[in-house]
Amino acid sequence: MTLLSIENLSLSIHQFDILHDVTLSIAAGEIVAVTGESGSGKSMTALATMQLLPKGAHTTGRIVLGDREITALDETTLCTMRGNDMGMVFQEPMTALNPVQTIGAQVAETIRIHDRTITRAEAFDRAAETLTRVGLPQDRFPLGRYPHELSGGQRQRVVIAMAIALQPRLLIADEPTTALDVTTQAQILDLLKRLAKEDDMGLLMITHDLAVVADMADRIVVMRNGKIVEQGETGHLLRHMRHPYTKMLFEASGHRVNLPAAPAPAPLMRVERVIRDYRLPRTSVFGAPGSFRAVDDVSFTIQRGERLGLVGESGCGKSTLTRALLGLEQVQGGSIMLDGEPVFTGTRPNLAVRRKMQVVFQDPFGSFNPRHRVDRLITEPFHLLPDPPSGAARTRAIDEALLAVGLTPRDATKYIHEFSGGQRQRIAIARALIIRPDLILFDEAVSALDVSVRAQILDLLAELCGAYDLTYLFISHDLSVVRTVTDRVLVMKSGKIVEEGLTKDVFERPQHPYTKTLIDAAPILPDIGVPA
Amino acid sequence: MLRYTLKRLFSLILSLAVASVVIFAVIEIAPGDPASFMLGMNAQPETLAALRSELGLDVSKVERYFAWTSGMLTGDFGTSYTYRTPVIDMIRDRLWVSLPLALYALVISTLVAFPAGIYAASRRGQAGDIGIMGATQLGVAVPNFWFAMMLVLIFAINLRWFAAGGFIGWDAGFWKGLHALTLPAIALALPQAAILARVMRSSLLDVLGEDFMRTARAKGLSSRQALWRHGLRNALIPVLTIIGLQFSFLLAGSIIIEQVFYLPGLGRLVFQSISARDLIVVESVVMLLVFSVILVNFLVDLAYAAVDPRLRSRT
Repeated sequence: MTLLSIENLSLSIHQFDILHDVTLSIAAGEIVAVTGESGSGKSMTALATMQLLPKGAHTTGRIVLGDREITALDETTLCTMRGNDMGMVFQEPMTALNPVQTIGAQVAETIRIHDRTITRAEAFDRAAETLTRVGLPQDRFPLGRYPHELSGGQRQRVVIAMAIALQPRLLIADEPTTALDVTTQAQILDLLKRLAKEDDMGLLMITHDLAVVADMADRIVVMRNGKIVEQGETGHLLRHMRHPYTKMLFEASGHRVNLPAAPAPAPLMRVERVIRDYRLPRTSVFGAPGSFRAVDDVSFTIQRGERLGLVGESGCGKSTLTRALLGLEQVQGGSIMLDGEPVFTGTRPNLAVRRKMQVVFQDPFGSFNPRHRVDRLITEPFHLLPDPPSGAARTRAIDEALLAVGLTPRDATKYIHEFSGGQRQRIAIARALIIRPDLILFDEAVSALDVSVRAQILDLLAELCGAYDLTYLFISHDLSVVRTVTDRVLVMKSGKIVEEGLTKDVFERPQHPYTKTLIDAAPILPDIGVPA
Repeated sequence: MLRYTLKRLFSLILSLAVASVVIFAVIEIAPGDPASFMLGMNAQPETLAALRSELGLDVSKVERYFAWTSGMLTGDFGTSYTYRTPVIDMIRDRLWVSLPLALYALVISTLVAFPAGIYAASRRGQAGDIGIMGATQLGVAVPNFWFAMMLVLIFAINLRWFAAGGFIGWDAGFWKGLHALTLPAIALALPQAAILARVMRSSLLDVLGEDFMRTARAKGLSSRQALWRHGLRNALIPVLTIIGLQFSFLLAGSIIIEQVFYLPGLGRLVFQSISARDLIVVESVVMLLVFSVILVNFLVDLAYAAVDPRLRSRT
């Protein structure tokens, strides 16, 4: 029986058309995944179902939950339905909870707001039951805990508990695991699946991750630019996808690149027994401050022309290690040498070495000064050089760098806001390339990009490897990406390198139990009808 | 929470000790000998020496510092050079005007600013918001002595609801005293209320954009319920900071308003003592003001922790 049916839903916000003729339905106990790239309208479909649209939104079409047409209800009635008939889980568990209220109070609030007759104590009892149900038992996670005392995965469980406390018929989960590590993601997905089954609840999953979609959805809805391009039962859709966009999406998600063969090994960077301690705040006025070892006895070598990967979950020390490699911070033990010279001397980075390294960061939006033109942005590394090129030589360098990343010399006079996310990441790569560094660090450089754009950037990397003999360290939490763009890989956990080897070997025959857990937890895209 | 409180208390005592040394040093360095100031240019050296000895100015600076601080701890602030009366009595009289006035102004300011800020934030961009923001712009821009004079003109001279100035004292009764302080308190409170309302509004708007507000709505709370239950407490931290700063300012910074309304407050005492080189009074009043600022900060710190559990655990 159909639980939720969305019929010809169109949505515009201040004259901007967001959704066109969206039609989809969910039966009780069914898991339907809506997928697509950013701007496809998948989140707006979810918010329209909850009727939590931003101001100025105008909808046409019908949304019917059970026997009630949601689109025709007034706000007061909608308030009685939200949390009661339909619950919602959001993407960012770190900020989805009120930081100044206990988790018990927040779960109990869902119960009390919909049932004025229930006593406070009864509501808290039921909150405790619900929390236990989502995997937060009272002996370890009492009701009086505050959100900041929990990890991201645990907070997401609290958000789920709030959404399912009254056993709604429909649960909407908007990118519920995107902000989580792979092992946590697997647990949360299992929990959602279990809850949907136990309560015979319809689950509308919004996600950009096709591997997640393929793994758990009964049906898939693919959206693009506010329209549904294709939908169907998961197995059937995967085998017989018709729309070119769907095919492109799946192809791009499992995109593999062909790296040119690496040259004969000759060490470029040697990292030996590096230790990085952070001072913790004093716990008492006269006591010595504690310390936290973020990087613990790490050693590895990057060969010239090698593409090395570094994988690990959040908090494992990847970013700390990156900063140490760049010579931005002093290490408390061991040495980091590039071409035989230390990266950090005295109290600051060693400039002679620093100019041989460049870095590309994750966020293509935050890592550029919006008031500078592209030519100025990408020539920033020139200040590292003893005598930077000027005049015609400078222009030539700019043109060359822009062409190398697939842009044109005309782009040099534009500002950064005129470019899309993918183009910005190309500009970031141009900025890194312009002084022909010996080593480039890619710090989650493709993590913020849509799959189709990510595939293009990965192709660009492979191309540049051929043209420039690039040596890079590719740092990422995304195993599938690391697998295709690296020759060798390091697996990091709690500040230590737990496994190291050729990428192919590590992925096919992981030795360390942690590596096995990571690889098992990562959802895999099925190999059906899609050329890899 | 106890640990947090003790740590704050420790830092309070430390700040006071440092402040007392600084105040003492600065005022001692300042030119002008009180004894020669009191006796005039043509004083006999013997008379001068006698007066210096009487005022306790002939011992070493270190001894004087300890005499001053230990005196303050026991409530003995010394004797005024010019009025020859105990400083503690002078301060006590003035404090009975300034402290109630500051509290009164703060209460008015908060009572005006909270509803105004909350109302403006909940109607962002609409007529109500624009109106309130325009009014606060005016409140910040117009000097408070002008407000004060307008208040006197309207409510004291034309309507005759209040006296134009002076203070009858608390002996006349609490309500009469309060009545006398009403116009100055309003004049003091208005600019503060304008600032506070703006802070309240922007802080609340920040919070309204947070993810947990959307979560609250998804639970079934109406936007009003979400604002009161989840928004307000989170928005309070910056507001508390401003309230703390305002109280300190109101206690000492009301000198102009005290002049307009002819009130015997602390501000005027400081002003008169500085003109007369009455160093012991200046030192004591400044120390008292510093103490009140530090004490208010301590209370604000405790209020932070009461509002935000994250601060309690981060001892």
